[in-house]
Amino acid sequence: MAEADSPAAPPAPPLASSRRVYRHRLPTRIWHWVNAVTLLVMLMSGLMIFNAHPRLYWGQYGANPDRAWFAIGSTADTGYVRFGETRIETTGVLGRWTDAKGREQTWAFPGWATIPTSYDLAAGRRWHLFFAWVLSIGLTLYMLWSLIGGHLRRDLHIRRAEWSPRHIWTDIKDHARLRFPRGEAAARYGILQKLSYIGVIFVLLPLMIFTGLTMSPGMGTAWPWLLDLFGGRQSARSIHFIAAWLLVAFFLVHIAMVVLAGPLNELRSMIGGWFTLPPEKEHEA
Amino acid sequence: MSGIILPRRKLIARAGGLVAAAGALPILAGCDAISEAPAVRKILSMGEEMNRASQRALMDRDALAREFTQADLSPVFRSNGTKLPEGEAYAGHVATGFANWRVQVTGLVTRPLSLSMADIRAMPQRTQITRHDCVEGWSAIGGWTGPQLSRVLAAAGVRDSARFIVFRCADRIGDALYYESCDMVDALHPQTLLAWALNGEVLPIANGAPVRLRIERQLGYKHAKYLTGIEAVASLDGIGAGKGGFWEDRIDYEWYAGI
Repeated sequence: MAEADSPAAPPAPPLASSRRVYRHRLPTRIWHWVNAVTLLVMLMSGLMIFNAHPRLYWGQYGANPDRAWFAIGSTADTGYVRFGETRIETTGVLGRWTDAKGREQTWAFPGWATIPTSYDLAAGRRWHLFFAWVLSIGLTLYMLWSLIGGHLRRDLHIRRAEWSPRHIWTDIKDHARLRFPRGEAAARYGILQKLSYIGVIFVLLPLMIFTGLTMSPGMGTAWPWLLDLFGGRQSARSIHFIAAWLLVAFFLVHIAMVVLAGPLNELRSMIGGWFTLPPEKEHEA
Repeated sequence: MSGIILPRRKLIARAGGLVAAAGALPILAGCDAISEAPAVRKILSMGEEMNRASQRALMDRDALAREFTQADLSPVFRSNGTKLPEGEAYAGHVATGFANWRVQVTGLVTRPLSLSMADIRAMPQRTQITRHDCVEGWSAIGGWTGPQLSRVLAAAGVRDSARFIVFRCADRIGDALYYESCDMVDALHPQTLLAWALNGEVLPIANGAPVRLRIERQLGYKHAKYLTGIEAVASLDGIGAGKGGFWEDRIDYEWYAGI
């Protein structure tokens, strides 16, 4: 919205029929696509690392003799996921699955979900620990740019009026009915959108990075407060795993919203920056 | 679970898995080819050097890994890798209670040593309760007792030209004896021990009897078990395949295992 007036914005393309706004500035677009690749690599290589020990614990320590609150495993002919005492059979997908060459495997996550496809902890770690740098440096730069460049203040800042329960409830209802803002309103982020972007940038991604660092024996020595903050290395590992799936959940909702709100327009705006405002409709009621 | 529904569900799941796998096969093969390309490996391996450099920059060279209390001990300290070295020589040492076991201190030292277990136990001892982190993801907390490696190296008179310490082991995995190495920062670190006791008892065979390395700021595979030799060297070239450790040489684990 405010960005349409920004002096940095290139002139609008001469397409007069519908109004366009310069919605995403270059740093946002670059960071978005770098992150898309980075998070995919980190998820898939992370699942490979998980396969090396598919059990999660709470506390400072945790190994096979200790109680795992979550585990993926296999019996003689099934695969299963276990939450606490509850076992769910997952044969074919988790714990027991058939690889691309038709061989039965009992690693936790299947080959199509991991980097690389067949078990290789060293390669999984190589991908994961390199892209961890891409993620951390990218996030730090983006946070600084958002703060200094005004993205945070102009686009993500939640104004007092938006915090009202009535406003939030209206936005929830609109989303549930797939009724998306049109006209000028479409140029701004809604409250749920702001909350999810803030949640990802300032909560989930930092949580992933810091719980990841807590698992490092070197970082646990350099920054011992990490162990106190997350309640130990194995707790950090559990939180890391849960937060990864929260990011996957964000991704799924994000994709669904893009598809529902007009995928071409949304995609184009994240590539070139310019977003076509959906024309106002006549009052429906 | 119903036995009638199960096979059908399993069948569907497997069929679905096969179809998905067949469709994705070219993509996955492409990804693996990228993963194994030498240039890609080289770029990704920069992460290891960045991790080593940043961790060393962030912590004091003698910064201690967290030490825990008796109350924090793992009920069972899991073992990994070799659980019992093969061969008659090791069996003989077990039979004699490791009375004839020797740890040779050699290489770039002014006074090569041949330490018996009695020599090792007679040195000033350190006891520490620390967390052992396996590269696979599990952790176990145990109490370790033994002399600091720095004292052993001082007794042998390590020359200034020594840049790495190589640890030789008695366990053979496949074609070669296990070995590991570290730089002088970790070798001289106060928590780097030649541990001969775990939780106040003589080190069990599965955990590396009669003596193993503790190198607390790095992952488990660096903590060489069944120690037979400590060698001060100027370079890791020519030792094994030159990458500084058994798994480093074979499956490309990072030599710097601080993360």
